[in-house]
Amino acid sequence: MIYSLLFVFLALAFAPFLMSVINRTKAFFGGRSGPALLQPYYDLVKLLRKGAVYSRTVSWIFHTAPSVEVAAVLAALAVTPLGGIPALLAFPGDLLFLVYVLGLMRFCVVIAALDTGSAFEGMGASREVQFSALAEVALLVGLAAVAAKVHAVGLSDMCREAWAGGMFGENGVTMLLVSASLLVVLLAENSRIPVDDPNTHLELTMIHEVMILDYGGVDLALIEYAAAVKFWVLGSLLVSMALPFRGTSQIGNLAAGLGGLLVLALVVGCIESVMARLRLVRVPQLLVVAGVLSFLALFNVMR
Amino acid sequence: MQSPYDLMVILLVLLNFRLLGASQLGACVNTVAVQALLIGLLALLTPGVSWNWMTLMVVFVTLIKAVVLPALVRRAMRETGVVQEIEPFVGYTFSILIGTGMLVLSFLAVRPLQVPLDGAAQVLVPVTLFTMLTGLFLIVARRKAITQVLGFLTMENSIYLFGVAFAIQESWLVQTGVLLDVFAAVFVMGIMIHHINREFDNIDTDRLSNLRD
Repeated sequence: MIYSLLFVFLALAFAPFLMSVINRTKAFFGGRSGPALLQPYYDLVKLLRKGAVYSRTVSWIFHTAPSVEVAAVLAALAVTPLGGIPALLAFPGDLLFLVYVLGLMRFCVVIAALDTGSAFEGMGASREVQFSALAEVALLVGLAAVAAKVHAVGLSDMCREAWAGGMFGENGVTMLLVSASLLVVLLAENSRIPVDDPNTHLELTMIHEVMILDYGGVDLALIEYAAAVKFWVLGSLLVSMALPFRGTSQIGNLAAGLGGLLVLALVVGCIESVMARLRLVRVPQLLVVAGVLSFLALFNVMR
Repeated sequence: MQSPYDLMVILLVLLNFRLLGASQLGACVNTVAVQALLIGLLALLTPGVSWNWMTLMVVFVTLIKAVVLPALVRRAMRETGVVQEIEPFVGYTFSILIGTGMLVLSFLAVRPLQVPLDGAAQVLVPVTLFTMLTGLFLIVARRKAITQVLGFLTMENSIYLFGVAFAIQESWLVQTGVLLDVFAAVFVMGIMIHHINREFDNIDTDRLSNLRD
């Protein structure tokens, strides 16, 4: 219990730090020194000290969306385990809760984008919904495969069983397939590179960035923070499935899990450095492949 | 880790999906070669195969399928100057989805068969069926003659794997016969592709249906 609480506090404190690790990795590949390690925090503080400016055409939806997003992602964090560390709130079937709470978060981003009435943001919303519809299938089927493998329907139980060896345990093949699928889902859901470029502000390529163009100040800070926590949530799931070893004690488990998250951030940074963004028409194919991997894992378990 | 055997079978399935989803012909040829290599390894790992001249046979057959046949196909590619399958009859994403359907179908089809095999080799039968269906699908769903040859090679791989699954010692004779046929077929197809290309300036088989005398 104490470790679950500790995990939540660590997540709240260090989620933006993972973004910073990704940026530093990219800077390293590009031969630059990159932004300071605490830059995401400076940005958040800067945004929090500013006032918000609203367009005259937006309604209450636009005003409330950032708060709902943060609330949703915090609820998701509460049911997220990290390997041997159970979630703060664990109940059977919480994997569905997690997926749909993240769905609610996405829904808020999308309707707030549509609320502005800008065709530009509508385009981003359309792309986001199209890709996440495919990613959600991969995520749910992948989690179902793990659930069927370890005969448990709670995320904490699933992750504890998976943690017993990750990719090289007795459940190796299933975990390997689900991890590969979850990695693609993680990249798609967090708008990372093969799907969306977080740095670009070109009309043709943006997905997530374009939807939050009209936000500023405190609202933007909330959205950025929620996005960082979302990365942490999905990352924890992936690390739980993928990490090939575990600690001997709970504190060791926590350390191994956090180390895994750090490695995950490095891996994402490397992927972003060596890969180009996929053409938009190719993205659904990538997500379908992730779905097929999940499906194959499920089939491997059920046969 | 589960047995490396299981991992290789899964890898085989993934290679099939790669064949269904890749548009670059070079990548497809490589995939078929890797598939042949993997099937050779599976043959060596299958319980019940003794280490005698059979081993040599497997190595020989694998070498032909993983090196010689792909080289022949690559030569045909070079001569015709085709590098990419453009606008197949069935799109790539949809091909992958159909592939999932075929995978389910092969598992369902094998279930009532009561295959007389032990646990390890049992999973080979549905995967064999899936590989065969993939080959057939490539033949009917792609335009370029080279991809169709690759589909044919995939089917041959699956027939070979079927022999491996049952590990009947005498089946190697049959295998050699099949291999000889395929070798001749790829040779003939290579020449055919060359001729089709010279006559019609492309190897799009769809255009052959417009022929009039």
